[in-house]
Amino acid sequence: MENKLIVSSSPHTRTPETIESIMTDVLIALFPVALVSVLLFGYQALLTIVIGTLAAMVTEALILRKKDIFGDGSAAVTGLLLALTLPPAPPWWVVVIGSVVAIGIGKHVYGGLGNNLFNPALVGRAVLLISWGTNLAGDVWALPQPFAFTADVSAVTAATPLVTQDVTLFELFLGNINGSLGEVSALALIIGALWLFYKGHIDWRIPGGFIGAVFVLGFLLGGGAYENALMTGLFHVLAGGVLLGAFFMATDMVTSPVTPRGRLIYGIGCGVVTMLVRLYGGYPEGVTFGILLMNGLTPLIDNLTVPRKFGEVKK
Amino acid sequence: MSLIKQDLTRGIIHENPTFRLLLGMCPTLAVTTLVINGLGMGLATTFVLICSNLVISAVRQLIPDRIRIPCFIMIIATFVTIAEMLLRAYQPDLYAALGVFIPLIVVNCIILGRAEAFASKNPLGRSLIDGLGYGVGFTLALLILSAVRELLGKGTLLGINIMGSAFEPMSIFGLPPGAFIALGLLLALMNVVSRKLGID
Repeated sequence: MENKLIVSSSPHTRTPETIESIMTDVLIALFPVALVSVLLFGYQALLTIVIGTLAAMVTEALILRKKDIFGDGSAAVTGLLLALTLPPAPPWWVVVIGSVVAIGIGKHVYGGLGNNLFNPALVGRAVLLISWGTNLAGDVWALPQPFAFTADVSAVTAATPLVTQDVTLFELFLGNINGSLGEVSALALIIGALWLFYKGHIDWRIPGGFIGAVFVLGFLLGGGAYENALMTGLFHVLAGGVLLGAFFMATDMVTSPVTPRGRLIYGIGCGVVTMLVRLYGGYPEGVTFGILLMNGLTPLIDNLTVPRKFGEVKK
Repeated sequence: MSLIKQDLTRGIIHENPTFRLLLGMCPTLAVTTLVINGLGMGLATTFVLICSNLVISAVRQLIPDRIRIPCFIMIIATFVTIAEMLLRAYQPDLYAALGVFIPLIVVNCIILGRAEAFASKNPLGRSLIDGLGYGVGFTLALLILSAVRELLGKGTLLGINIMGSAFEPMSIFGLPPGAFIALGLLLALMNVVSRKLGID
């Protein structure tokens, strides 16, 4: 009799989700993106991805003094995301330093997962971009050689399509262009994002606001080599790291707002800063800085957009 | 003897202005891109600190309590002007590199802090030792920080290439964000070291 009545304190409903399961879902979502990059850029892309992911996991295990290298999976996600923002064949030590900085300074300096103010992978990328700009900016973007696994893609490089604007929108969508590992194929990114939407890990407001703002500003301000403003707007959405940033980085649960209105404001802010850097700034791409800046504003946005409680009277 | 030792080591270790009190952050972060700049800034500040401590201690009975801060500032500004003119005459390169941060020594809170907290209450000799200790502590801290930043950011120390030609410098350490990162990591290291040594 006494076993039939379970007495416990709240919370009574618990989600079956754990950090591990969410991080595994993100890794699954990133799989098509990584696969496409290996198909396009061959063994060098695979090496960059493996080095980046492993270095991040080892750093995390060393800092936490744990033997379990996978841990909660967050380090693998950070390392993989960082590698996907890099050119196909950077020097290996650049990748390692990026991962160490991402995990060490981007995350554990603040107290570990859940306490970091900025997206760790983007902190790593920003430090690399500022420190070794010659390896990460300018004419370093290798042209893809599809299905040639052993080809040395770093032999032929060019400036990012964001600067040259010489690719068709269909090429941008499929991904047969030069660019960072994870940003080239819009199709692979959308497939991955659909998985995250299906699992309910990301809210449409952040990528929606982000991509919407980029499209609208590209439509209104973007000049460029395309026939009409509509195509210029689409170009700004498909080219560069907007989709990678909007679906996988801006949506980081730790560093984005929790309120619905806040998420929309945050997404739009990311898009606006991205476009301002692209059109008027010193770098061709502004996704990194856009997301990092809005990460910093997240606590403020949360404070300003607290929803009204049910029945609360407006003052 | 022990009083002298106490006055001297206070500014270097227990109350190191940079690593323990986090005072004077503006010059600390701004000028430590090169060891020579850090050394120049540290020595200029030490000079001003010792001289202003001496004068303020000497006239401490004559300064009316209500207007003591303007009086301190006047005395400090005098010595900053002297330091600025000396640097401009004899070290024009260093003067150009340090730029606006030389006149800004006037508002360095280490100097005003020691004037208010120590020199205005203590005799001449002790104020001299106190100023020397804080000056040395500040200079040492700037030297450590600028050595880290120059080594990582340029691969050199005092302009001499240390890391070899294969080393590709991590240029973020020569820039403002690198100053914050390097200072933060050094602060953490100093906390670990002082905990291990039992200083606290």
